[in-house]
Amino acid sequence: MALRSASTQLLGRAGLLPAAVCNAFHRCMSTSDKFSVEVLPFKAHRIEPPNNVVETSIDELVGMYELMYKMRRMEIAADMMYKAKLIRGFCHLYDGQEAVMTGIEAALTKEDAVITSYRDHCQHLSRGGTVKEVMAELMGKRDGASKGLGGSMHITAAFGGRGGASKGLGGSMHMYNRQANFYGGNGIVGAQIPLGAGLAFALKYQKKPNVAIAMYGDGAANQGQKYEALNMAGLWNLPVIFVCENNHYGMGTAEWRAAKSSTFYTRGDYIPGLKVDGMDVLAVKKSMEFAKAYALEHGPIIMEMDTYRYHGHSMSDPGSTYRTRDEISTMRQERDPVERVRKLLLAKGYDAAAIKAMEKSVKKEVDTAVEESKAAAIPPNEWLWRNVYVAPANMDMRTVEGTYVQPTYDPTYSS
Amino acid sequence: MDSNDKALVFGEDVAFGGVFRCTVGLLERYGRRCFNTPLCEQGIVGFGIGLATQGYTPIAEIQFADYIYPAFDQLVNEAAKYRYRSGGTFTAGGLTVRAPYGAVGHGGHYHSQSVESFFTHVPGLKVVVPSSPAQAKGLLLSCIQDPDPCIFFEPKMLYRTSVEEVPVGEYTIPLGQAQMLREGADITLIGWGAQVHVLAQAAQAVADADGISCEVLDLRTLLPWDVQAVTASVNKTGRLLVSHEAPLSSGFGAELVAEVSRRCFLRLEAPPVRVCGSDTPFPLVFEPLYLPGVERVVDAIRATVRF
Repeated sequence: MALRSASTQLLGRAGLLPAAVCNAFHRCMSTSDKFSVEVLPFKAHRIEPPNNVVETSIDELVGMYELMYKMRRMEIAADMMYKAKLIRGFCHLYDGQEAVMTGIEAALTKEDAVITSYRDHCQHLSRGGTVKEVMAELMGKRDGASKGLGGSMHITAAFGGRGGASKGLGGSMHMYNRQANFYGGNGIVGAQIPLGAGLAFALKYQKKPNVAIAMYGDGAANQGQKYEALNMAGLWNLPVIFVCENNHYGMGTAEWRAAKSSTFYTRGDYIPGLKVDGMDVLAVKKSMEFAKAYALEHGPIIMEMDTYRYHGHSMSDPGSTYRTRDEISTMRQERDPVERVRKLLLAKGYDAAAIKAMEKSVKKEVDTAVEESKAAAIPPNEWLWRNVYVAPANMDMRTVEGTYVQPTYDPTYSS
Repeated sequence: MDSNDKALVFGEDVAFGGVFRCTVGLLERYGRRCFNTPLCEQGIVGFGIGLATQGYTPIAEIQFADYIYPAFDQLVNEAAKYRYRSGGTFTAGGLTVRAPYGAVGHGGHYHSQSVESFFTHVPGLKVVVPSSPAQAKGLLLSCIQDPDPCIFFEPKMLYRTSVEEVPVGEYTIPLGQAQMLREGADITLIGWGAQVHVLAQAAQAVADADGISCEVLDLRTLLPWDVQAVTASVNKTGRLLVSHEAPLSSGFGAELVAEVSRRCFLRLEAPPVRVCGSDTPFPLVFEPLYLPGVERVVDAIRATVRF
């Protein structure tokens, strides 16, 4: 889509005006053209930070906006479904933090590995999953990311994306995607951090030009296993980027109450770190490009993303007993990551109607996903006893009806 | 907290009252003696052990039993062995660790686990599980006063669903003693925590439908368990059924069955049976299928009685 005045458009099409002249004199711009945006300067620990000017284009921003908007709508839908009791159990929403994962994806490829905590619905999306897979997993349906087996915290996409995330087996915390190297989705706080170091080791061992991203929060930053992982990563120069999504509250505990040092980007001691405005997707992108290059050449680096979650820790937490409503609404008004991109697009002349059309299409996608998930089937009972072991144990399992079943192994869940 | 000024309550989020409101009001009444810790289970328990060796009475909370594993080393290798390895010089006996455990309807893998059997295998620890509010108060106070390190697992399902009159004022329930909830003649049903209520329902169901008379025992303390009460009951009824939410294999039921088989062999009319959770991770959507519900217990009672 080109933004041109009518006359230049005519002349340009007629080939009478070369593009360079057009660009120089008529403020016309193609959506793939690059322009620069200034972001908040980065704070650095034991490293020279990149400059705070980010190159982007309309095309890129549109893509980012669509993803972030989709994340936002999906999480809002999840909120409503939870209140309607269609989603049960634990559900940790990401709205407010969209810029972090979107910015990370902008700097990575699907050959890079990502692992995160239970706040993982949007990571599943950004790694190529669909809203339907997430929704179905949250509702515990077999079309879900982990076949309905993992739930919210454990979103994964299985082989060939049959159905959804974890087939309804993982639930909210357990979403995974093998093709996109998304290792989930982890319920236990901090457990994913050493796993991330292991992912990086494998990538380095295979001499791949890829990094592992190990994401965790400000609460998890006080876990012992994080320091074990940092030490190993530092010792062996692993290409792992430790991303601390600092939304300033570990459940209901403010960062300063839980941490002696809440400058999380410095807590790697000998491992360098950067602090990034996590509400600005372009800042995140720039810093992650820098981090990836650094990690591939030198080894681990810590990225502290200064971000915010609008919802409470989970759907069981109103989120307002330990923060003021003022704080939340100020964040929404002044630093909302989705709104920021929208404003930038409009300022650069992007058509407001096109934005509206895209938003409408995203809303429709989310609504459809919700409806389809509601109608989807729950995992069949036999799946309870499937895939505990490869060679099923020599043990019959008694069912409620009094019959016995043999545990099975079939990671494709073909039946 | 009133009678012992060396009692401290700490853990994640306990100061505002805790995620299950178990510590509501303690901050207001006791100030600095009730405090929050950062998110570090291994640190919480290790720190508690250190306090205990100094003669303090630390009451540490692990927010969900599912999160206790980082602290497993501290409990097994430090708390349980301190007195033994130091030849009596030091003890971690003042330590009590509290943790909500068990199915809650929607907890999934990491908010539903029953972990008691890992700890019943550790000489030096005590493992206690209440089944009602009055039990909880008396047993918890006993744990706190007990000179050995105790782990107190609170069935989270019962926080809201179990309601009863609780005596005001201090009282303790002795550890190591089971309680008979229902007297019977045909079969002994043993459980602990929330599962006790499932057994009670099953007992009533078979009484109504089949005229089977069940004796229901609430074990209350798993380590050390009340060998006398259990064998006395099985010697009376001749049949044993043990039921727990934790997976079947190597669950605590295995210990009970093994010991009863040896002690009551000639009296037994039928093989002792265990009705337990499946040998799978605790599932999300399959929870009703996984749990040892009333129907499965009833089936097992009938099969055992008709053996």
